[in-house]
This record gives sequence, C-alpha cells and structure tokens, in this order.
Amino acid sequence: MTRAVERPQDSVAAADDPRLKDNETRNAFVTLGVLAIVLAVLPFVLNERFESIAVLTLIFALMAVAWNLMSGFGGLFSFGHAAFFGIGAYVDAYLVVEYGISPWIAMLLGAALATLVGIAIAFLCLRYQLAGAYFALATFAFAQMFLLLVQNLEFLHKTEGFNLPILGGESFWMLQFRQGSDLYIWIPAAILVLALAGVILYVHSRPGQFVQAVRDDAVAAASLGINVMRTKLIAVGLSCALTAVAGAFYTQYYFFVGPQQAFGAQVSIEAIIPAVIGGIGTIWGPLVGALIVGPLAELIDSVLRDPPAFIGFLQGVAGLDVAIYAALLIVIVLFMPKGIYGTLKERWRR
Amino acid sequence: MSLLQVEGLTKRFSGLTAVDDINITVADKEFLGIVGPNGAGKTTLFSLISGQLPPTHGRIVFDGVDITGWPADKVASAGLVRTFQLMRPFESMTALENVAVASHHRFRSRRDARRHALAVIERVQLDRYVNAPAGSLPTAGLKRLELARALALEPKLLLLDEVLAGLVPADRAPMIELLGDLHADGLTVLFIEHIMAAVLALSERLLVMHEGAQLALGNPHEMTQDRAVVEAYLGEDYA
Ligand SMILES: Nc1ncnc2c1ncn2[C@@H]1O[C@H](COP(=O)(O)OP(=O)(O)OP(=O)(O)O)[C@@H](O)[C@H]1O
Ligand SMILES: [Mg+2]
Repeated sequence: MTRAVERPQDSVAAADDPRLKDNETRNAFVTLGVLAIVLAVLPFVLNERFESIAVLTLIFALMAVAWNLMSGFGGLFSFGHAAFFGIGAYVDAYLVVEYGISPWIAMLLGAALATLVGIAIAFLCLRYQLAGAYFALATFAFAQMFLLLVQNLEFLHKTEGFNLPILGGESFWMLQFRQGSDLYIWIPAAILVLALAGVILYVHSRPGQFVQAVRDDAVAAASLGINVMRTKLIAVGLSCALTAVAGAFYTQYYFFVGPQQAFGAQVSIEAIIPAVIGGIGTIWGPLVGALIVGPLAELIDSVLRDPPAFIGFLQGVAGLDVAIYAALLIVIVLFMPKGIYGTLKERWRR
Repeated sequence: MSLLQVEGLTKRFSGLTAVDDINITVADKEFLGIVGPNGAGKTTLFSLISGQLPPTHGRIVFDGVDITGWPADKVASAGLVRTFQLMRPFESMTALENVAVASHHRFRSRRDARRHALAVIERVQLDRYVNAPAGSLPTAGLKRLELARALALEPKLLLLDEVLAGLVPADRAPMIELLGDLHADGLTVLFIEHIMAAVLALSERLLVMHEGAQLALGNPHEMTQDRAVVEAYLGEDYA
C-alpha cells in the first residue's frame, strides 16, 4: 500500500534537529528530584509540632494532583472526588479493622475499586453527554449518594465510622509507628513523589497528549482517530486510583474515619481548591496550591478550636474553612485566573 | 477500483435538507473538486462522510467496507481523514504538538511522533511556527496546521475543506503545488474550494452542489463551458 507522506527516517527532519529539542520531561524530573530531597530532609528540620501540618499538606497535595489528572488535563470537572477518597478510606478501614490485613494491600484494593467506580460513573455521565456544570453536578450527586449509603449501612458502622486498632509497636507492613515518627511524613511524601513521576510520564505520553487534545477540542481529536471515551476514561481511572490512595493514608494517619471525613462534600472541595489555586492543568500547580491550603487549613482549625478573645464568637463554628477557601478562590480567580503556578509559568515564558 | 462510494446520501436538519441525495463514486488516486455557493451543503457532506454527523439516509462505502454510522475516530483510523473549514487547533499546544498528536497514531514514542510531525510540518511549509502556540497562528497558519494534522495520519482519502481560504495569492501557489504532489504520490482527495483557479488546476473531476443536491458531476473544463453552471454556481470571480 502506498503511503502519502514519507516515513520519518527518509524525511528531512533529522533526529537532532534543534526544533525537536524537548527538555520538558527531563526538567520536570530534575524538579521532582529536588522536591524529593526536600521532602526527605523535612522531618529533620521540622519541629514536631508541625508534623501534622506537613502530613495534612501532603494529603491535600495527593488529592489535588489526582483531581488535576481528570479535571485539569482531562477537562472533566469533578465535584465529587469525595466518592473516591471515601472508597479508599473505607476499604482500608473495613479491611484493616475486620480482617486485619495490611493497609498496603487495602490501599491497592481501594484504589482498584475507586477506579472501577470512577470509570463507571464517568462512563454513564459521558454516555449521556453530560458536560461542564452538568458533569460536575452529576459527580457531586454520586458522592452524596455514597455518603448517604455509608451512613445507612450497618456493616460500615453507619454514622459511627471506624476506629483503627492500635497494635502497639512499629510495623511498616501494618503502617503503624510511634507518634511523631518520621515515617508518617516519609510515606505520604514518597507516594506523592511517585504520583508526580507518574503524572510527568503520563502527561508526555501518547494517552496524555491525547487527553489534552480531547480537552482542547474533542471533535478535532476524534477526527484524528482518537477514541474520545477511552482517552477520557484512562485519565479518570488514574485520578480515582490516586485519590483512593490518599483516602487510605488518611484513615491510617488519623486512626479514624467517619462518613463525613471520607465522603463529605468538603472533601471534594479540598481536592479542587489547591489545584485551582496552584493552577489546573499544570504539573506543579496542585502542589503549590497544597502548600498554601494545607497550612491555612491547620491555622483555621486551631483558631476555631481556641480563638483569641476578640473573635471568641468563632469558637467551634463549622464551615469557616470552606468560607475562607471560597474567599481565597475569588481572589485567585480575579487576579491569577490560571492559578499561582500557572500564571507565573506564563509570565516566565514571555 | 473505487475507493469511496456514496449512495443516496441525505442529511436533513429540522426542515432544511442540507445534503440531498448525493451519489458519487471516487476512484483510487482520484482528485475530485467540489464547488457550490455558500450553504450548498459541501461541509455537511464532509461531516457525513467522515462520521461527524449521522446521515438521514444513504450509504457510505470506503475501501470496500460499509462505514455508514461509524464514529468519526474509527473512520479516521480506517484512513479517511478530513480537515475543518473552521479551524480547530488544540489551543494549549504548540503547532508541533498538534501535529504530533496525529503522528502518535502510528508512533507510540514521543520522540518518533515529534520527529514525524516535524517532517510533515516542513512539508506543508509551516516551519516558522514549529514551536509557536497553536492559538497564536494566523489563519493561513491554522489552515496549514489542519492539513498537517490530517497528513500526519497518512490517510488514503483526504477531505480538504477550503484549505486555501485566507491565504494571500502569493502563498497559494506553493500550497497548490503541494496538493498536486500529494496527489501525484497516490493520495485520493476530495477538495472543497471556492478559488476556481485552484480547483481547475488540481481536479480531475468536479462535483457542483446546489442547495444540497448534486447539480453536475464531470470533467471540470467541460463544465466551465456550461454557461448555466458558470453563471449560477461557480461564483463571480470566475465568470
Ligand atoms: N448542525 C446544523 N444544524 C442546522 N443546520 C445546519 C447545520 N450545519 C449546517 N446547516 C445548514 O446546512 C446548510 C449547508 O451548510 P454547509 O456548511 O454544509 O454549506 P457549505 O456548502 O459548506 O457552505 P460554505 O461554502 O459557506 O462553507 C446551510 O444552510 C447551513 O446553515
Ligand atoms: Mg463549508
């Protein structure tokens, strides 16, 4: 069969053509290496008082990096990532409490289940042509459905949730360490570094390029032979798996999970906010956002627990965190519509 | 041997018949020009053939296979690729990345895809925009980008929808030459174009459409002798 265009080997484009220079992947891995080193020494330089802030920030970062895969690079705005976080958290709690199996295994099983559920939900939404706000609302509805379901299932302890048994002693296999152990930072840090490495590879790979093409223009992408549905579902699956891993680690770190902590609407918001603040559809945006939102969340929390006298009325007020996120979001959207990292990156290019 | 057969192809939009009973057989390696006034249904015909729109009636056979009702991606993968009159670049990407998306169809690795894409970009003379964001390209650049992406799929049948529009006359000649070369290399082309000089230079046969219907089909040079066709449908710039 004759081909219309020359093969690359007999075409004019040489492999070492300077216009083909492509340092994006390499540069991203260099940055990631620096990040890995910073995270590795973090427990040594960090006052123990700040450990919980660091862990919370890492969990936010994982959630936002995951959300960004589907909603940033894939353009499918999820407002229901609590569903996948919750599945990860609950599969872990259930299997560890009821069967005493290793949290690492539970984490993988939770990720697998979240992937299946996420793909099924996304498939239904896309099959019925839900897009934009309708897609977001549908994912929100599914997450709320899971919340209600869990609150009414006896075997999931209804509204009580699960307390993990404290085994005493340290065990990597059972993911339990003495309080203040550096491993509570190193483990989520390692997961984050691996996740970011996966994101870097995915974004520059064929399915990653396809999903960005589909996000930009699905009709054009289809006309170039791209299976739009399959391409989107790959991004959804990766996103849901990673979100579930974050959920499982959450349960392990706090030794407790209940329906609201796992499936509550604020969990979905916590996945979105760091990504939007940092810059959606960028590799580093969600991380940058988490570095702001993590400490901020802890600050709000401690102020509410024990407010200084002049704002004493705020003691125990619920929902203030979400209100402050919303205010922050408005500022960002107004002044840096592409997020902090996204905007800086654009300025840098010019 | 015929590469494409279109039988009784019809598309109705609530009340309006945009494409009305089109019957054409395109031979392998043929270059078929398609002309007709604005709104004649040319673009809609392309959308039907390439699977973007489902036909109301009719049948499309490509390379011996009935592809009626196939989704667009499957049609493209089978080797039937179109360009868009209203250009549809992937705006977040550079020109090279845009074309590499199509090159990825054959090449799994990023390096090979980008290398192939650069070769295609050079072929359509889009060199100066290789690493420019697609959104920043002028119309003429975007038209070539459409062509480059389609070519990067290495199609058997290429549907070109006004790829010369927006080009200043000086830029048209090399494009017409390129299309001629592609044809000479064995590519089969359906070519929608308003610029008659280009249509006549390239087309072996000409389809004239009017209000969705097939007004005439045949030798382009004979057809230009037909005063009725000329005056009514080929446009003032030719008369
Ligand atoms: N999706 C649609 N819904 C309703 N009507 C449509 C749709 N697409 C096209 N039409 C109508 O169908 C007719 C044919 O349009 P089409 O774009 O195919 O014409 P064309 O020959 O390509 O014109 P031009 O030379 O201006 O590109 C027009 O009257 C147009 O308004
Ligand atoms: Mg048209």
